Amino acid sequence: MDTLIETSSFLFLLIGSFLCISGGVGILKFPDFYTRMHAVGVTETLATAMILIGLMLQNPDALVLLKLLFILLLTLLIGPTASHALAQAAIKNGLKPELHKK
Amino acid sequence: MRHTISLSLFLAAFWLLNSGHYSALMLSLGAISIVTVLYIVHRMDVVDHESQPIHLTLKFPVYYAWLIKEIVLANILVVKHIWLSNKSITPTIKTIKASQKTDIGKVIYANSITLTPGTVTVNMEGDQFMVHALLHESIEELEAGDMDRRVTELEN
Repeated sequence: MDTLIETSSFLFLLIGSFLCISGGVGILKFPDFYTRMHAVGVTETLATAMILIGLMLQNPDALVLLKLLFILLLTLLIGPTASHALAQAAIKNGLKPELHKK
Repeated sequence: MRHTISLSLFLAAFWLLNSGHYSALMLSLGAISIVTVLYIVHRMDVVDHESQPIHLTLKFPVYYAWLIKEIVLANILVVKHIWLSNKSITPTIKTIKASQKTDIGKVIYANSITLTPGTVTVNMEGDQFMVHALLHESIEELEAGDMDRRVTELEN
C-alpha cells in the first residue's frame, strides 16, 4: 500500500514538473504577449494541480491535506482573474496581437 | 440572512483549518474575529447572492467535473503545441456571444474560458466576449456553445 502511494505521488510530481517546464519553454518560445499567456495557463492549472496532488499523497495528515486543497482552489480562482486583467490592460493600451494569416 | 449564515460557517471552517489549535482561548479569539469580519462586510454591504452564491451549490460539482475534464484535454493540446514548432499555432481573436442573463453567470463563463489553457477572455462588453485563442479550433469549439450552454443551465 505504501509503495503504491509513494509511486503515484512520484508520478504526479514528475508529470507536474514536466508541465511546469513546458510552460516555461512556451513563455520563451511563443511569438507575442497573448500567445505567451496561454503557456502560463498550463503552469497555473494542471501543473499546479499535479504537484499539489503529489504533495497531498506524501502527507496523510488531514489538516495539511485540506490546506493544500485550499491552495489549489485559490490558485484556480486567482489565476484566470489575473490573466484576464493582464490581457485587458494589454488590449486597452493598444498592444496588437500577432494573428494567424489564412 | 441565509448568506450571513453561510459566510459565518465558511469563515469558521477556514479559521479552524488554518489554526489547528483547539484551546478555549484560541477558539474564543477566532469567534471574535469572525464576528468582526461579519460586522465589517455588513457595513460594506457585500453579503449577497454574488459573494455567496449558495443557490448554485448543488449544481457546481457536476459543472466542475466537466470543467476539469476540459482543462486536462486543453492542457494536453497546448503542451503538444509548445513542443511543436511555432508554425503549428494559429492565434485568433474573435468576439463570441454569451447567453447568460445574470452577471455571476457571465463571470463564471468568462473565468471558465480563461481557466482553460489556450483561450483567454480579453474583454467583455455586455454579452459580447472578446476571446484570444492559441489555436483556431479552440474558438470553433467555443462557438459550438457547449460550455456556454452548461453555464446557462448552471445559473437557472
